[in-house]
Amino acid sequence: MIYSDRRAGLAFAMPFLIGLLVFTLFPFIASLLLSFSNYQLQDPIAEAGYVGLENYSAMAADPTFRQSFWVTLIYVFVTVPLKLAFALLIAFVLNFRLRAIGAFRTAYYLPSILGGSVAIAVVWRYVFANDGLINQSLQLIGMDGVNWLGEPGYAMATVILLRLWQFGSAMVIFLAGLQAIPTDLYEAATLDGAKPWTIFRRITLPLLTPVIFFNFIMQVVQAFQEFNGPYVITGGGPLKSTYLLPLMIYEETFKYFDVGYASALSWFLFLVIAVLTALAFRSSKYWVFYSNEKEAPK
Amino acid sequence: MARSAVQLSDVHKSFARTHVIDGVSLSVDPGEFVVFVGPSGCGKSTLLRLIAGLETPDSGRIVIGERDVTDVHPAERGIAMVFQSYALYPHMSVAENMGFGLRIRGLAKDEITRRVNEAADILQLGKLLERKPKALSGGQRQRVAIGRAIVREPEVFLFDEPLSNLDAALRGQMRIELARLHVQIGATMVYVTHDQVEAMTLASKIVVLNGGRVEQVGAPLELYRKPANRFVAGFLGAPRMNFLPARTLGGSAGAVEVDLGTTRIVVPREGAEVSAGAATLGVRPEDFTIAVAGEGLISGEVTLVERLGGEALAYVRSDASPDEAIVVKLAGDTPVARHETVHLGVRPAACHLFDAADRAVGAPS
Repeated sequence: MIYSDRRAGLAFAMPFLIGLLVFTLFPFIASLLLSFSNYQLQDPIAEAGYVGLENYSAMAADPTFRQSFWVTLIYVFVTVPLKLAFALLIAFVLNFRLRAIGAFRTAYYLPSILGGSVAIAVVWRYVFANDGLINQSLQLIGMDGVNWLGEPGYAMATVILLRLWQFGSAMVIFLAGLQAIPTDLYEAATLDGAKPWTIFRRITLPLLTPVIFFNFIMQVVQAFQEFNGPYVITGGGPLKSTYLLPLMIYEETFKYFDVGYASALSWFLFLVIAVLTALAFRSSKYWVFYSNEKEAPK
Repeated sequence: MARSAVQLSDVHKSFARTHVIDGVSLSVDPGEFVVFVGPSGCGKSTLLRLIAGLETPDSGRIVIGERDVTDVHPAERGIAMVFQSYALYPHMSVAENMGFGLRIRGLAKDEITRRVNEAADILQLGKLLERKPKALSGGQRQRVAIGRAIVREPEVFLFDEPLSNLDAALRGQMRIELARLHVQIGATMVYVTHDQVEAMTLASKIVVLNGGRVEQVGAPLELYRKPANRFVAGFLGAPRMNFLPARTLGGSAGAVEVDLGTTRIVVPREGAEVSAGAATLGVRPEDFTIAVAGEGLISGEVTLVERLGGEALAYVRSDASPDEAIVVKLAGDTPVARHETVHLGVRPAACHLFDAADRAVGAPS
């Protein structure tokens, strides 16, 4: 009886376990091992040799890597704060009791469902093309078009905009956080004479810090891993101005077949994310406020 | 006469076609402890929130002190409010919670510290000033909420069911503290509760509300002894007043003869003009006495005895009250038992009488 129960339980857990083993744990360990090898994709794996830290030291000397890491940092540190601020602003507006608020919430959330897909990136490419929707609109009001995808600065802006446009999931989480703040506190603050901006700064924001923290971590992790947008819209160009690390990893593997180097890059990216996340957690005790920690004995 | 501390004139308030406050006029004297009491949904909290300015009346005026504050911002009304949930800012210490409003108003740091310390002394919060609300017990949180009100030195304190989140023992203790506080700072207090014990013990004046209207206003014992109608009579007092269906047979000067179906009683009623018709006889549980056979007003079978120690409650089924058991409050050691037939007597002067429209007919003497 107990044995068959166990088997049934295991069977139900199997899809997850297989997924974890095959698509997470195996690549995780394999890439770590491969990062110390000179394995080339076109060669049999048996020919791969151990090269120690060679791949890692090669990174230091590789200007492409430095450029890629640099634009990745720009991408992350521009998109994350902007996206969080934007998501919070929209959530704040959608938190008011307005007519048809449900329709508005859905409308604002839609881009997030669509946004991650390749199709939207393709649309984005057409919208920002030289004869695309944006430039045509600019011409209608008598302004010159901009070479959005051809100028390094504009290309990065275009890729960043696509990410900002996908603020929905962060917004929904903010909205839930806002709704968890008791109305009583706002009323008490109103009676205390606080104006709306003060209430937002002194009551709403501090009570929202756990949600801000969560969204921050999620956004940092996701931004470092962004691939679809720049790959489809700019292909990493022009002049590698949108050549994010995941793009470089992809090309090192499937264009140059240098799996060893690509694995080292992946592990570098992993370590950067891990360190930043750890730092964020460390800092959280100074600025994240949890109101429902354990209560004192009565 | 001195000016009122709070004056409401014909205040109306609806939420989406539901009349919540239906023409309330009311006056609160300076230093009074006024309690709004009534069943849930009677509008008592809304009335308090109207005074606070958290709701805007549809019509009518609200005056606090000598100022018409109907259109004045809540912070400018000279009131302070204590919420049922306490509404303490969870990310601020006790001292910061109490001083928040003063800081917003731009008071000097020294002055804030002085007022916070003063309030902390009154409420015995001195050792807790640096704690966060989550590290406080329910009673301590309640005191901080009151402290936050005190530091503002308001003209009027508003309390919205402040004790309802506390357990029974703590509630009793806080009730005493509130009464002491009222004496100590002598401020005008308006207090909302559904708990009639709080209303009876704390109030210098009770306002009984029902369906958005004021049923009766008066001192606690006055309302208890001379309820204006059946609602007030039934609402104040625990266990509640017994209501026996009856008919009045008309009255001569000073006395009304009442027919209970099984028996008759002559109730003294000064100056009341009574015509014959349907009526209700009201008798409080403590006004019944056990009588010997043949002498009581009504008799019936005891269905349940609840012994509370000092007193006992006997539930009696009688033809005089076919729908509901009659509740009788007796001394704790009264020898009554289940299934026993008892005869209940009542002092005629203690009887309440209500006409067909549930209005009190005169008052018991």
